[in-house]
Amino acid sequence: MSVSLLDVVGPVMIGPSSSHTAGAAKLAKTARLIYNGQFDRVEFGLGGSFAQTYRGHFTDYALVAGALGMSEDDENLSRSFDLAKEQGISFRFYPRDIQSEYENTARITFYNGDTPFYVEGASLGGGRILVTSINGLACEVSATTPTVIVQQRDVAGVVSDVSTILAQNGINIGIMKVGRDTRGGTAYCIIECDEIIDPAVSAELRKVKNVLNVTIVNIKAE
Amino acid sequence: MYKNGEDLLRLAKEQGKRVWEVALDEETKLTAMTRERVMEHFSNRLDIMFNSARKALEHKQNTKGGLVDGVASTQYNYSHGNTITGGYINKVMSLAYSCSEVNASMGKICASPTAGSCGILPAVLLGVMEDKDVPRETVLEALITASAVGAIYTMNATVAGADGGCQAECGVASSMAAAAAAYMMGADDDKCFDAAGFAMINVMGLVCDPVAGLVALPCAHRNASGAVGALVAADMAMAGQVAHIPFDQVVDSMFKVGKMLPPQLRETAQGGIATTPAGLAIYKEIFG
Repeated sequence: MSVSLLDVVGPVMIGPSSSHTAGAAKLAKTARLIYNGQFDRVEFGLGGSFAQTYRGHFTDYALVAGALGMSEDDENLSRSFDLAKEQGISFRFYPRDIQSEYENTARITFYNGDTPFYVEGASLGGGRILVTSINGLACEVSATTPTVIVQQRDVAGVVSDVSTILAQNGINIGIMKVGRDTRGGTAYCIIECDEIIDPAVSAELRKVKNVLNVTIVNIKAE
Repeated sequence: MYKNGEDLLRLAKEQGKRVWEVALDEETKLTAMTRERVMEHFSNRLDIMFNSARKALEHKQNTKGGLVDGVASTQYNYSHGNTITGGYINKVMSLAYSCSEVNASMGKICASPTAGSCGILPAVLLGVMEDKDVPRETVLEALITASAVGAIYTMNATVAGADGGCQAECGVASSMAAAAAAYMMGADDDKCFDAAGFAMINVMGLVCDPVAGLVALPCAHRNASGAVGALVAADMAMAGQVAHIPFDQVVDSMFKVGKMLPPQLRETAQGGIATTPAGLAIYKEIFG
């Protein structure tokens, strides 16, 4: 196991808890980047320790802040409830049982009118997170580097076409995970890259045959 | 990549470098960042640490539950008077308190290694720097040395209170800070690791028992005592006290002790001072 010194002395964050405050903000911010759309309501289903102790650790403020796009070190984090109201965004929290091997879990559901879009994930401690489901599609996104999430039909050749386009754009693939719900059904690639990904690449990927959806999460490791 | 303290000390001797230089080389490889960029990150972190260590000295912060509002200014005001351990020690305590107070009031801090223990390393770095006129460059080298100590705990033990109790948070922070203090005072790397070992040995078994589950009480007090404990440990090493137990074995034993702790004493607020009548009354008052 290799450990970055900047993770030992870090993250720089708003207190009081790296798992319950910083991790919560990062998880919600990542969820918003994955959703990448308009919303007027957001709901947070909290599981495990999040459900038990969220008020004491300002997990609620951190989640709303993240959903508004704030980072874990944003000094406006404590004002997130007011900022949401100013933007006309309503929010609520409720307990939710989420099947997970992790202790701090949340389902974050964005509503544009009545249309929901949800992201599930966990705070792993030390400010690290893992997204485990996007609208029911199981996945593993840690969002420590710029990440491309491609949903596609489970047929031959799509992964190859996608990686070709990334290579043509000078993007090196760090880690690539491929999965699917059922054979021949919907599949996905989670591609963690070394460089920030230009939105134009997303448009190019969407044109690939059998690609259903493309999401780009440009979270830099600072 | 080095796996433990022995590796790191051996690599440093082989390469004719200090431990912080070897650790910095490894960091540039791991993160694919330039040396300058990594140093910039450390420098920014040091600024954030110092800001949080100064912020509450004269300005009381409002924390959730109000348990630690004003702990920093209380100690800081007292430090100017007739104290038992002297103005310097009391100042270091107040710097650590300040970070904890800022953390508990949703202020900006740098986790080192965790948010709950974020006061210890800044208090020692800033306290020693100001008292002994240590140049900033040396302080940054000490910070990297401390980070390497923390990385060894992360790799071979734990820095999560939920896994290892407070010894894994304030204990590790104190151990890191002891190495940094010794470094700033001109100790060689062996002595820095001896200091790190003494600091951990002196608090081994410390339980995590947050009142009402908040990162406040006893966390703030343990940050203050952890910072002083780091200075004491560094002085033990600098005086030449013999570390009969090698640092890496101290790390292993801390991990084993952490596993032996029952869950009630690992950040669940179900034991220790959290479940005293007074602790339970505070819980009831805050959360109803």
